[in-house]
Parts: sequence; structure tokens; C-alpha cells
Amino acid sequence: MSGFLAVLVVVLIFVVIFQIAKASEYVSILKGEKKSRQQSNRINGFLLIAFLILGLIGVWWCNDILKDRILGEAASDHGVDIDKMWKTTLAVTGIVFIITQILLFWFSFKYQEKEGRKAYYFPHNNKLELIWTVVPAIALTILVAYGLKHWFRLTSEAPKESMVVEITGQQFNWLIRYPGKDGQLGSRFYKEINNATNPVGQIWTDDLNKDDFMASEMHLVVNKPVKLIIGSKDVVHDVGLPHFRLKMDAVPGIPTTLWFTPRFTTAEMKKKTNNPDFTYEISCDQMCGEGHYSMRGVIVVETQEEYDAWIAKQVPQYKLAHEGSPAPTGTQGATPADPVMNSDSSGTAAPAAAH
Amino acid sequence: MSNEATLHGQHEVIHHGEGHGHHDGHDHDHHHEQSFISKYVFSMDHKMIAKQFLITGIIWAIIGALFSVLFRLQLGFPDATFPWLESILGHWAEGGRITPQAYYALVTMHGTILVFFVLTAGLSGTFSNFLIPLQVGARDMASPFMNMLSYWFFFLASMVMMASFFVQTGPASGGWTAYPPLSALGDASIGSKIGMDLWLVSMALFVVSQLLGGLNYISTILNLRTKGMSMTKMPLTIWSFFFTAVLGVLSFPVLLSGFILLLFDRHAGTSFYLSELFVKGKVLPNEGGSAILYQHLFWFLGHPEVYIIILPAMGMVSEVLAINARKPIFGYLAMVGSMFAIAILAFLVWAHHMFVTGLNPFLGAFFVLLTLLIAVPSAIKVFNWITTIWKGNIRFTPGALFSIGFVSTFISGGLTGIWLGNASIDIHLHDTYFVIAHFHIVMGVSAFFGMFAAIYHWFPKMYGRYLNQTIGYIHFWITLIGAYLIFWPMHYEGMAGMPRRYYNYSSWASFNQFDGLNAFISIVVIIVFACQLLFVINFFYSIFKGRKVTTTNPWLATTLEWTTPINPGHGNWPGEIPEVHRWAYDYSKDGKDFIPQTVPVSPDESAH
Repeated sequence: MSGFLAVLVVVLIFVVIFQIAKASEYVSILKGEKKSRQQSNRINGFLLIAFLILGLIGVWWCNDILKDRILGEAASDHGVDIDKMWKTTLAVTGIVFIITQILLFWFSFKYQEKEGRKAYYFPHNNKLELIWTVVPAIALTILVAYGLKHWFRLTSEAPKESMVVEITGQQFNWLIRYPGKDGQLGSRFYKEINNATNPVGQIWTDDLNKDDFMASEMHLVVNKPVKLIIGSKDVVHDVGLPHFRLKMDAVPGIPTTLWFTPRFTTAEMKKKTNNPDFTYEISCDQMCGEGHYSMRGVIVVETQEEYDAWIAKQVPQYKLAHEGSPAPTGTQGATPADPVMNSDSSGTAAPAAAH
Repeated sequence: MSNEATLHGQHEVIHHGEGHGHHDGHDHDHHHEQSFISKYVFSMDHKMIAKQFLITGIIWAIIGALFSVLFRLQLGFPDATFPWLESILGHWAEGGRITPQAYYALVTMHGTILVFFVLTAGLSGTFSNFLIPLQVGARDMASPFMNMLSYWFFFLASMVMMASFFVQTGPASGGWTAYPPLSALGDASIGSKIGMDLWLVSMALFVVSQLLGGLNYISTILNLRTKGMSMTKMPLTIWSFFFTAVLGVLSFPVLLSGFILLLFDRHAGTSFYLSELFVKGKVLPNEGGSAILYQHLFWFLGHPEVYIIILPAMGMVSEVLAINARKPIFGYLAMVGSMFAIAILAFLVWAHHMFVTGLNPFLGAFFVLLTLLIAVPSAIKVFNWITTIWKGNIRFTPGALFSIGFVSTFISGGLTGIWLGNASIDIHLHDTYFVIAHFHIVMGVSAFFGMFAAIYHWFPKMYGRYLNQTIGYIHFWITLIGAYLIFWPMHYEGMAGMPRRYYNYSSWASFNQFDGLNAFISIVVIIVFACQLLFVINFFYSIFKGRKVTTTNPWLATTLEWTTPINPGHGNWPGEIPEVHRWAYDYSKDGKDFIPQTVPVSPDESAH
């Protein structure tokens, strides 16, 4: 009933607007085309200048409300560069934005049709055109140079002392593997994958695999560079790290890498943001299917001592797969269980087994 | 009535103009009446085909926009239920909440429909068809038959896409870019089952339609210009349609090849895009393919595509601004040159959509440089538009207002392109709401504003009647304000890293802070949508009942389409095609309000 009423109200509003519009058309015919054009010109001219002024106030106001929500200080060294980069770009584009919008609406208002005014025949002017070719070109050259400097630093080789962590996307969660004591990840092949005991397809004959362990959260050491080896089992995902200002696609068959240095521990960020629930999150930033929005991972940044204590508690996947009785399908090793995940592999497997 | 009269006279004319004098006096032609079918359905008249494109585009626009309203309901009010949704969508909205699968299908279809069916076919299809012969002085397209086929292939594509909404597993739902392996594997998403096949077939038909149309536009512009209409005397509209058609003809085949490979991967067991996959608990045999290859093929069209969308709007806005400012467009040659530069650069920037795919950073650097280079011709155009209205005598017709709105949104959206084109900023903002804000403002809203400007401006030529102005003003102001209210705050969401294509943000500590803002945006979306319906009603009402046009040249414009009768028949001019003597922008020259292109240059005239 309320839905019906809502539709009725909308229809009525339409009818009213329509009747007014129709009536104003008749009035304008009676008044004469010229006179009604002058009138609508005055109204629209005023609205254009009002839009400019209110719009600029609105831009300022919107910034005032929302500027504190853009995740605070960048939490990685690269992130600091990126924040500097967008602030520079904001300064350049912001100035251009304000000048051009003011000119556009101010000229529209000022040069609206008036009795007796003649438009100025001004088809071209080489000097002016040269100026607004060269000036943007110079500004952009600076932005390109500055941007590429950061770009090459962002994409450079990771420092030798970096810790290495492998992160693999699958519908719809992240699998995180650490190289263990030897500091080297063992080789893997997709045909070895077995969701119960070998979620990333480690080749057990490779000795480097013996100490690799899977983790449900990514633990990183503050101020120590980390190199991520990124992959995917099924479709294209993307490792999105909003607090660190970075992201990189996870492409099946083509490993990618990303490195950065975290600046603050999770505990420090809790203090900085005044938010006791603060968490570094990994978001999937590439459309990967119906559970895309729930593909969440967690990063814990901690001190070296905390990290060492954590790592001492981890059990290599090799051990889980071979020595103990293989984990039943439901637990899936240490990977975080996800409601959507259950709907495909384990969810469909369970009723089949019950038969 | 006058239509009938011109139709009657027109047969002779066609033979004078086009028949190369081979057959004179075809008496049997004289009595040949056009049937309903040949006049309104399988018409070969470019003006009728233009109207077919426009009306089909409007229908698609309503559907596409409605889809966005539906998914905005989910984004704005994730905890609310809307029982009426279940009565429309059935199990896709069980309990009155859109399911994730339905949400992704709506998002995908919204993108596909708006980018291809509305802003490509509906915008450039309509006005290239309508204006090219009228403004270059031709009786019709180079091949009216191919032109007709172009529309009917588009119609077929539309039907196939429409059919995909009703299949059991639903339409394609992997995003309008349809990246494999998600789009290649039915096991990865149910939207990638039959719905994806229909999507691919529909898009293939659409590419055929674009090629038939594009080749026609190019050959008409190059070969059928009237006497005196040298390339540099053409209005900027024609230049923009020309570059648009060239872009389409060169890049759509690449997209088609990408789609064909995807079809092979789906059904023929090939591995162009597939490698080392483990899906739904199964190891797939495919090895050696590259999912990134598809992205290269897709964006090789995908980027020119955004210029295919915006260039016609640029051309038409230039025209409408000059006419209503009563001033020549400033820097005509610079305008043509910058469109040419944009068209060239359009082919060289596609990989800026792929900065975070693991692209070689060195290669990425070139794409940064070339991408930011596009800002130069764009800046030239903006400054030229602003100078065009400087010291003008502007009449705020709805067309003029939408043109001013176009320039405003083009600036706003264009500037954020400088952010995203720079890889070191893109690495943070890629695939966030910042991107949504950027491309909706610059190629969604801007292109729509260009289209609205053109519809308000050329409606009198299309139907011999005016659109209602008051509704036009209401339409403009609500749309302009609404567009900024919707998309401006999204920049901040993007700066916070909020990813696009999320069904629900409530479980995310970083992104769930925007609940109130999302609800606000959704409410504005509904208001703006209602306002567009007002325009649609105005459009259809005015076709039949609008105020009649009483003079052949209501806007006092210089170009050739206003030298035709109020309701031109097939063949456009009842007599000889007029000869052109000057460029299209002699407004306020030597104290004259305007000088039509058909007036010879007098010896005492000042040079321009």
C-alpha cells in the first residue's frame, strides 16, 4: 500500500511539473519569444553563478567532513611517497580546477545575452593557444618526472634483507605461506593442490618445502622490508593494502611481486587512530566472483620479538600433511573459514558424502 | 503533411543529385509510395535510422539506469529489505534483498549497457547518422543499405543481450570488462555459464554494427561532401564523428578477436587465457595461457572506446556553444588538431588500465608518459571552449546549458585522470571508488551532457517540434547538481581505498565508515533517475505534441542542416544541394549576427 502511495505521489509530481511546464510554454508564446528568452536567460544566468559559489563552498565543506576518513597516515615507506605524490598532484589539479570552473561559470553569467550587446568576433589567437599548450605541457612533464621517480622506486627490486611471504588468492580467501627457517619457499605445482592437506600445491619432494608453513594471518615485522610473492589458484584477484597504499594483481599462472616496509605496528596504529579495533586489512580489489566483497585478509605488524614468538608456534604444512592424521576437509588447515567458501567446495562435498 | 510534400518532390531530386544523370524521368518512381515498413522499420533514410538508434538508446538508458538504482539500493541500505524487489526479481532478491550474484549481474549489465548500447550506439550512432549527411551536404550515407544493416545488427545485439536477462543462470556477472578466467569458467561463477555466451554473441553482433556504421561514416565524410565543403570548412561535429569512426573501425576488430579467443577457451578447450587453474576442487588441464593477454586485447579497444564516447560529445558541444554564444568557436584548427592528437594517443595508452597487473614497470613508464600527454590536447579544448563563451552574447537554451555543464564535468573528471594516469598514484587508487568517480564524471556524465545538449538542440530538426524548455531547465539543474552530489564524495571513498564492485562493506573495518554517505548517494541517485524519466516523458510527448517549429533555422545557425525544409524528406533538400562558401562559424562577423555557410564570401569581408 505504501509502495502504491509512493508511486502515486511521484506520478502526481510529474503531472504537476508537466502542467506548469506546458503553461509556461503558452505564456512564453503570448509574451513573445524574445521577452521570454530574456527572462529565462536572467534566471539561468543567476543560477549558474549561484551554482559556482555554492558549488565551491560545497567542495570545501565536503572536504571538511571527509578528509579525516582517508585512513590517516600512510603505514609504509612507499605509502609516504604515494601520499606526497597525490598531494602534489592535488595542488596542481586543484588550482586548475578552481580557475577553470570560475572562468567557465563567471563568463557564462557575465556574457549572457543582453539587449544591445554584440558578441566579439574572436576566431583564434596563436599566442594564447601557444600559452595554453605549453604551460600544461610543462606542468605535466613535472608530474610525469616526479611520478616516474616514485614509480621506479615502488617497483624496484626488494632489498636483500627482505623477509619473503607468499600470498595466494582463491575464491574467496587468501592463503598465506611462510618460507620457514631456511628463508626459502619450496617449489609448487598446481596439479599437486589438495584443499585438505596441500592448499597451494607444494611439491613434497622439494626439501625447501619441509619447513614452509601456512598462516591464517600475515605477520610482518615493523621497519623490516617484506617481499610478497603473489599468485592465484583460480581467477584474477588483487592484493589490496589500503593502509600501505599499495596493490598488486594475483594472476593465475603468472606470479607477481610487491615489496614495502611497514612503519607502524598494529598496536601503534591503534593508538594513532584512537581506535582499539584497528586492523590492517587485505582487500581483494579485482572482481573475482560472487564472494568478492568478503575476500578479507588480516595483516598483523609487530616487533621482532613478538614475531619470533609467533613464528615459533607455527607448524610446517609438510608435518600437518604427513605426520599427523590428515586434517578433515572442514578445517582446511589454517586457512580462515569463510561463509561463501563453504558454499562451494566443502558445502557441496558434505551432502554428497552423506549419501 | 509537409513531410509528404517533400517526399513527393524528393524522388526527382535524388535522381538529379545521386543518379549521376544516368536515368532521367523515372515516371514509375513518381507514384511509388513508401510503405510503413520501408519508412519506419527497414528504413534506409539516415534520419530515420538516427531516430531508431536514439529511441533504442533511450530504452537501454532507462534499463541501464534502473539497474544502477537497484544496486545503489543495496549499497545505500544494506540492512533494509524491499519486498517489491522480490516480486520483480524473484529468487534473485529473496526476502527483498538483492543476492550477491544478482548484484554483480546488475553491475555488469549497467556497465555494458551504458558504455556500449547507450553511449556508443545511442550517442554516436544517433548523431553521426543524423548529422553527417545533413552537415556535409549529402542526400544520404554512402551506403544507405549498410547503414540500415548497422542499426539492425545493433537491434539483434540488443535482443540477444535482453534475452540473457531471462536465462536461468542469469546474465554475465563478471564485470563489463569480463576478465577471464572468471568469465571463461562457468564453475567460477554462474554468470559465466550461458549468460556469458549470450553476452559474447551480443557483443560480437554489436561490433559488426559498429563497423558497418563506422565505414559508412568515414566514406560519407570523405566522399560525399557538397561542392565547396573542403575538410577545413566542416563543422567540428563532423570532425569529431570522423575521428570517432576511425577509432572504432581500427579498435573494435581487436576486441572481437579477444572475444573469439575467449569463446574458444570456453568451448573449444583452448588455453589462450587459461593457465594452471584449480577451480571448485578440480585441477584444469589448461597450461601456458595468459589471463593478461585478454586485458591487453580488451583495453586496446577499451581505451579508444572512452574517446569513441566523448569525442562526438566534444564536437557537438563545440557547435552548440558557438551557436548560442553567437561567436565562432575559438581556435578551430587547434580544436581539430587536438581531436586528432587525442585520436592518435587513444591507441597508445591502453595499458594504464593495467599498471597493477604485474606489467613491466619500464613499459608502464611509457604508458604514464603517453597518458598524461593526452591532458595537453584536452586542456587546449577546455581553454578554447571557455574562450568561446568569453565576450559572447550567450542564450541559455537547454542545449547551451548542457554544453556548459559538459565543460564543467569534463574539467572535473579530466583532472582526476591526471591522478590515475600516474602509475604511482594509481597503485593506491586502482579499482577503488576514486576510479568510479573519475570515469563516471568524465565519460558518463560529460558524454550524457553532450548527448542531452545535442538532443535539445537538434530535436527541432528531427521532429519539427521543440522539446519543452521549462522541463529542459529542470532536467538540467537537477542532473548537474545531482551528478556532482553523487560522484564528488566518491573521490574520498576511493582515497580511503574503498574497493569498487563490493556487495557489502559492513565486515570491513577500513571501509564501513561510509554508511551514511552511501545512503545519501543512493537517495540522490533515485532523484536524478526520476528526473531523467521526466526528460523521457518530455521527449516522447514533444514528438507528437511539442510546440511546432515555424522557421527553417530556429537557432539562427550557419550550418547546412538548417537550409533543409522543416521536415526534410529522404534526400534532405528538395532542390539542388546547396554549395558551401565559408566555414561554419561566421557568427557576429562584420556586424552581422551570422552568415550561413551557403553565402558567398563578399570581397569587402574581413578575413578570419
